[in-house]
Amino acid sequence: MPCKGLVPEVERYMTESINEKRRFGMRVFRVLILALFIFSIVVTPALAKDTIKIGAILAVTGPASFLGAPEAKTLQMLAEEINSQGGINGKKIELIIKDSGASPEKAISFAKQLIEEEKVFAIIGPSTSGETLKIKNICEKSKTICISCAAAELIVNPVAKYVFKTPQKDSFAARKIYMQMQKMGIKRIGVVVGNTGFGKAGKAQLEKLAPEYGIEIVISEVYDKKATDLTALVTKLKAKNVEAVVNWSIVPAQAIIAKNMKQIGLNVPLFQSHGFGNIKYVKAAGAAAEGIIFPAGRLLVADMLPDNHPQKPVLIKYKRDYESRYHEEASTFGGHAYDAFMILVNAIKKAGFDKEKVRDAIENMKGFVGTGGIFNFSPQDHNGLDIDSFEMLTVKNGKFVLLENK
Amino acid sequence: MRGRYLHITLLSIFVVAVQVITQITDTTYYLTQLTMAAYYSLVILGLTLLMGYAGQISLGHAGFFAIGGYTSAVLTTYNLIPYKEKAIVKVMASMGMLQMREDLYGGQILNLHPWIAFLLAIAITVAVAYVIGIPVLKLKGHYLAMATLGFGIIIYRIVLGTPLFGEADGISDVPAFGLLPGIEVSGDMSMRIQNYYIAWVIVIVAVLLLLNLIDSRVGRALRAIHGAEDAADAMGVNTAEYKLKTFILSAVFAATAGVFLTHFNGGIGPSEASVMKSVRYVAIVAAGGMASIWGALTMAAVLNFLSLRGYFGSYDDAVFGAILIVIMLFAPEGILRLPVMKNIQRLLRFKPSEGSDGAS
Amino acid sequence: MSVELFFQYIVAGITYGIIYAIVAIGFNIIYNTTGIINFAQGEFVMLGSMIAISLTPYMPLLLAIILAVIITMLIGALIEILFIRWLDSPSVLRMIIITIGLSILIREVALAIWGENVRALPYFTGNEVSSISFGGVHISPQVLWVIGVCTVMVLILQAFFKFTMVGRQMRACAANREAARLCGINAKNMVTLSFMLSAGIGAVAGCVVSPITYSQYNMGTGLAIKGFTVAILGGLGNSMAAVVAGLLLGTIESFSIWIMPTAYKDAISISILLLILFLRPGGLFGSKEEMTLKEF
Repeated sequence: MPCKGLVPEVERYMTESINEKRRFGMRVFRVLILALFIFSIVVTPALAKDTIKIGAILAVTGPASFLGAPEAKTLQMLAEEINSQGGINGKKIELIIKDSGASPEKAISFAKQLIEEEKVFAIIGPSTSGETLKIKNICEKSKTICISCAAAELIVNPVAKYVFKTPQKDSFAARKIYMQMQKMGIKRIGVVVGNTGFGKAGKAQLEKLAPEYGIEIVISEVYDKKATDLTALVTKLKAKNVEAVVNWSIVPAQAIIAKNMKQIGLNVPLFQSHGFGNIKYVKAAGAAAEGIIFPAGRLLVADMLPDNHPQKPVLIKYKRDYESRYHEEASTFGGHAYDAFMILVNAIKKAGFDKEKVRDAIENMKGFVGTGGIFNFSPQDHNGLDIDSFEMLTVKNGKFVLLENK
Repeated sequence: MRGRYLHITLLSIFVVAVQVITQITDTTYYLTQLTMAAYYSLVILGLTLLMGYAGQISLGHAGFFAIGGYTSAVLTTYNLIPYKEKAIVKVMASMGMLQMREDLYGGQILNLHPWIAFLLAIAITVAVAYVIGIPVLKLKGHYLAMATLGFGIIIYRIVLGTPLFGEADGISDVPAFGLLPGIEVSGDMSMRIQNYYIAWVIVIVAVLLLLNLIDSRVGRALRAIHGAEDAADAMGVNTAEYKLKTFILSAVFAATAGVFLTHFNGGIGPSEASVMKSVRYVAIVAAGGMASIWGALTMAAVLNFLSLRGYFGSYDDAVFGAILIVIMLFAPEGILRLPVMKNIQRLLRFKPSEGSDGAS
Repeated sequence: MSVELFFQYIVAGITYGIIYAIVAIGFNIIYNTTGIINFAQGEFVMLGSMIAISLTPYMPLLLAIILAVIITMLIGALIEILFIRWLDSPSVLRMIIITIGLSILIREVALAIWGENVRALPYFTGNEVSSISFGGVHISPQVLWVIGVCTVMVLILQAFFKFTMVGRQMRACAANREAARLCGINAKNMVTLSFMLSAGIGAVAGCVVSPITYSQYNMGTGLAIKGFTVAILGGLGNSMAAVVAGLLLGTIESFSIWIMPTAYKDAISISILLLILFLRPGGLFGSKEEMTLKEF
């Protein structure tokens, strides 16, 4: 015991006086020794098993739980399914899900933990752009594959060798919306976004691309992600005589804005982003959701796709599996995790258990059919989706349907 | 040897011992979270001085952490290359206030040297703490709690609503902080052991500073304020001034932690400024026993370490909420002073108990 | 700004304001009997609406709401009995920390029970798109429900404290706890009652606003902070002043959107709170002396 030599010191010190403070100091000393003892027991290295470890950093709870929770559920479901079929190339998957609560500092800590300690093969997630941007460099430096479930284009631009993402690019969503507006002859619009990473990125794209489509943004506002009533905000929109409103967020306020617009009699078309791809928001908005137009992946309208659509079998299977297991409707967010996981699994099946080869396999993957679209990766494009991965949808009788252009 | 130096020596030995153990057992990765926990401990040490010794609650300390972290992050990531030809930039460059670096993707970045950013961050923190502190510290009880909470919320809102601070995404790609040639605060894996020692040396220096302060005239004045502010005032203690200075000092602790952790993590996000973070700091100070530097330090290091490693899983916030309630209900003096703890300690004794610990 | 727009903002402001005022009254009731600021007040609002939502599939709306209010009141009583009642003259700091801890715990329990999903009660009359028009100003019928129910509740409370025996006993406790006890009033039971009362008020408010604002496990914190702001604005303990202060703050917030980016809305109201704290800690309507004479 290295501390033994100090004990006489301590004792001498103890006998000098017996005031309360010193005894407390003694206690601190013993607690420290105890802590050291426990610590040395705790830090025994884990035994290696013949599994492949896949880490996931997801915001299962906290402000972005509507992303992280379905993502985590999806991953658990997929890992079990693959393991019950004997794993990948004979190795079972060991899935390690870390709940970051959407805090970047935790995502950083977890990323380092997964990479250095668990020595995971790859990381899926994080759920939010802010977290992904924080761990982008960590993954890049440690040569760990990271497939993010977050939207921001900054994740794959500049391209980092080891960082990929599965959600469609924001710019495609913005373009889709503007193309639809051109068809409808809309020129003056109002843009409102929630103060999340998703909203921030969307606002930037909308503002950047508007001139290209001859559209003028007359007002652009950011509201709080926990906003509970936006009457005052839509009143402001009404005063500007906008011809349409674009709302870009992933928070419940998507439903609130729809209601408030109808209530104050602002009867212009409401466009939402692909963040609206969750039937819960339609239910929350009730009658006010009718007629909302938004771009989204095809998961939401899987049943309505023509039978020869390449994505249809994948979408139907994911939707059925998820819904029968968790008794809630599948959302496109869970789909992002599905894509990330399946891309990784397919790359491993093809390239074996060598990280570099798997990375190359992902980068060169073509024609992978996922829930978000058909992925065609390349060294310049670590997202792999094109604008056709979006479909314009609308809400009719409380359900998502394909938008029919007259 | 005087008491506090003995404790400091023990703490230092402990810090070294932990590193040696991780080295021997090949588990050096624990040092990452221990380093992060050290910086959070620094915030908590400052808050202990304010809450435990001066008796002033602050539900806004995450705000000061964020001021430090964000100031440094903005100043060290703002690329000055487009202004390279401007006179002021040239002057700053010639004075060695700037540094040139290359990011992972080959882009050139010219930014302010982290030392300058650090000093500016501290200066801003002192200024804000001064301006806020004068009116806030006149308040008591619920009003003080609410005012500090309000301050924290305003900082959070500003950080979340301002494009300069990256809004919801926060700031990424913050460079390493070269303290001295060869010594830098960075999250790089090869720097892990060095950074562990940087962080804990800062904590040890902070503890030393606090212990000296508490034993000095200032400390006695603070305790007098805590006990009975009006009486202290009547006795000629300048309570307002002491409270303000303590407030500023604890804010500087928080901001320093913010700066260093931001460089260590390579980024900062709005979650660092959130109310929940401030509540967490208060929870840990309470768990440590309010007026106990050692208790607070132990709790801060242990709880943050566990939380950062994800041991609490999805119940992270619930754990801190439960700690707050349980401690305040059953052990308002802190865990280390519970009878149970004494029994545990008795088991570890090196010599028979003198058995009169009841006073606490 | 046109006249219609002006009134539209006023209506929005009143809707926000009346909700803040109800939360503030909840704060005041407990503050008056105990001297405690219950930081978990917002959680009562959340609990009331979430319980009502869970009950609606099984019974008529009105019954579900009444049952939810009763359950929330019982939870309020339980909290007081478990966590507050047996503490021997706790310090303010200790109480602040306990109630903050309670608020976190209740939130986490709600997360475990109801998940992160957003829910809502159905509109009491009409639906999401119906609105009543007064000369160009559009108002959702639910807004009228909120204003109506809250006004009635405030009046009933006033009557309760003025004219009923129990209400008077509570006021006596607030004015002077020791003296009240000497007169044979069970002060401890009055404290429990005040927790029940403020839980009930919170629950009612939660139910009427749920169709408009939706309910989620974490809706309480924001409301509590606004409610507290209003309580201080009006002067801690003064419920009628809280109503005025609530309407004032709601209207200011509503109009602040006109000139400021919405992102800073909360920062504005908190800044107002800080200014009030620094300049007039007794509230807009009170003086320091009046503060010591607590009155509902």
